[in-house]
Formats: sequence, C-alpha cells, structure tokens
Amino acid sequence: MTIRHHLSDPLLMAYAAGQLPEAFNLVVATHVSLCDECRARLGAFDAVGGALIEEIEEISMGEAALEAALSRIEGLPQATRAEPLKPAGILPAPLADYVGGDLNAVRWRRIGGGVKQAILPTGRDASARLLYIPAGTAVPDHGHRGMELTLVLQGAFADDNDRFNRGDIEIADENLEHTPVALAGEDCICLAATDAPLRFRGMLPRLAQPLFRI
Amino acid sequence: MAKAEDGTDWAGLLIQVRDRQDRAAFAQLFRHFAPRVKAFLMKSGAGAALAEECAQDVMATLWQKAHLFDPARASVSTWVYTIARNKRIDALRKDRRAEPEELDWGPEPEPDQAEAMEAQQDTERLGQALAQLPEKQRALIERAFYGDLSHSEIAAETGLPLGTIKSRIRLALEKLRHHMT
Repeated sequence: MTIRHHLSDPLLMAYAAGQLPEAFNLVVATHVSLCDECRARLGAFDAVGGALIEEIEEISMGEAALEAALSRIEGLPQATRAEPLKPAGILPAPLADYVGGDLNAVRWRRIGGGVKQAILPTGRDASARLLYIPAGTAVPDHGHRGMELTLVLQGAFADDNDRFNRGDIEIADENLEHTPVALAGEDCICLAATDAPLRFRGMLPRLAQPLFRI
Repeated sequence: MAKAEDGTDWAGLLIQVRDRQDRAAFAQLFRHFAPRVKAFLMKSGAGAALAEECAQDVMATLWQKAHLFDPARASVSTWVYTIARNKRIDALRKDRRAEPEELDWGPEPEPDQAEAMEAQQDTERLGQALAQLPEKQRALIERAFYGDLSHSEIAAETGLPLGTIKSRIRLALEKLRHHMT
C-alpha cells in the first residue's frame, strides 16, 4: 500500500506543538499510524520541541522534589512491551480507542442515499465523524467553510482532481468545492473532521444539516 | 541560556532506568530535565505549583514508560518534550489527545550507541540552529510550542534543518518494520 496524499507541514507542526483541536488530533494520529513518512516528519517537528526543552532557562524544582520523585517511583510498576501486533483491523489504534472497538463497534446512523455516519465524541472546537459511503455513491456536493480533513480507511473515493485510497488524506478548505464519489468495488469508509459545519449546495440538505450535524 | 550539553549520554541513562530500574540514573535525568519541564509548563501558562506537580508527573511517566523510548528515533530531550506536551494538554486544556499507534512490539531494541548519539547530536544541532535564527522567527517557533499560537496561526516554515532528522527517523522506522516481518 502506497500512501500518496499526506498531512501538511502546518498540521504536523501544530500537532507536535499540541495546538490542534481534539478532532484534528484524532485524524493526524490515525494517519500517522498508517504512514511512516508522516511519522518521520512528525518526529522532526517533535525534535524542535526537544531542542527548546534543552535550550530553555530552567526553573528550580522545590527543595525535596528529587526525594519525592524517588519515593514515588519506588514500587511504581514499569509498563512492559506489547505483544507483537495482532493482525490489524480496519481501524488503527487511536481511532479504535474512540470507537470502543473495530468497525463492528461503530454505531451508524443513516443520513440518506445509503450514506451512514457516526459522530465521535470530541471537544467542540471541531467535530469528527466516520462516514460510510456505498461503492459508486456520490457524497452530496459540498463546499467548506473551515478546514476539513478526510482520511480513507477502506475502499476509495475520487473527486474531479484525484483519487484517495486507504491511508490517503484529503485536506480541504473554503476554496474547494467538489463532488467526491466512492469508487466501485468496496464500500468506502472515511474519518472526517472539520472545524466548521459543512455547507451543502442543494436546498434540502441545507435544511437537514442541523439535524444531522454533517 | 543553557548551553548545549556536555556530552552526557542521556539515552544510556534512560536505558539503565528501563533495564535495571537504576535509581541513580533516574536521579541524574531528573536533575537535568525536571527543572526544564517546569520552565516549559510555566511558559505555557501554568502557575509554579501546578508546573512543579506536572513536572513530577512527567518524570514519573518517564520512569514508567521507559520501555517505549527508542533511542534510534528520538533523543531523550525530544521524548521528554512529547510527554510534557501531552501533560500540558491534559492538565491545562483538559482535552483528550489521540496518539499514533505505538511501535513497541517485539524485543527491546538493543541500545545502539551510535544511533543514540546521532539522535542526541541532532537535537543539539537543532538547538544551535534555533539560537542562530533571527529573533522574530525564533520567537514565533517558541510561541507555537509554548501553546501561544492557534493552529491556524502556525506556519511550518521554521528555517530549521529538519530534513536530515526526518531522513534518519525514516531509516530507523524501516529497520524496525524489517525486524517485524
């Protein structure tokens, strides 16, 4: 599997700096779980944090801090290494944590046209959801107000410009109006996060929007 | 301003913590890193008491999760930074933070002295490069990492030589994947 669509530098740096909304953190962590290239790029941004820690002007700890630390670690169990990874499910670990299991644990809600979604519990500054789009089905034509990240977990989708397979991430902003279509073959499952509500171009979807939080 | 390190082998000390629960090695790590973590948290907006308490938590995590440290992929400073950052998100923002899947399967990585030193030297070189940046640019990076910029304000143009670090980590990951199969 070759991932062709990666995270952007600003997203990786914001994640390394700890400044992304929770929903975006989830998408970044999930993509990085699938993509060693972005894991390495993230490692480089983390190293900037390491260099800052090394260069920072230190502030003394309290008098008995070291004694307190030493007595605290006394008997504190050290975690051991994990068993070799089991054959992975569809959902990488960080996402499976939010769902509470693999795909069969997802509680889907139908939103019409065979499309289903499951909203994930994250902080309110951005929202994350899983989307299930039957093979060959178009996602309603939409533009974006804020930033939207879409990560393919199963199947593939394509818009006018490009094709996205498992592990690929699409980064959309207000300049992108597009009609993604789930490709024939496997049904498409994506993790999507946005920091603004999507706007649909049709009348009906716009009315339905507040109900479905899509 | 703290100087680049005097060549102390931090990774070696952490490996001693991991393999032998070495308290003297832990004490040495604590003396160096706890006051830095405290300073980092205070620059991120924590009061002195909270920063002190969180720095203690960070150092306890360092002890507990020593087995997750891979000296080929990160220097100890970088690893401490990621623990401190997560602690900050936890304590100050009370957000949950998703982390990538750990790559901690299989046997403990054999401490490879050369690889570990390279990771540490990378961080030191990065520190020097940081010090040489124009003040304005450096301040922007600091503000981003101390949590003072929102994600839409963060521009990733750091002017720092991150390419070599990325390539080295990429190699380490390839080796790891190779061992796994």
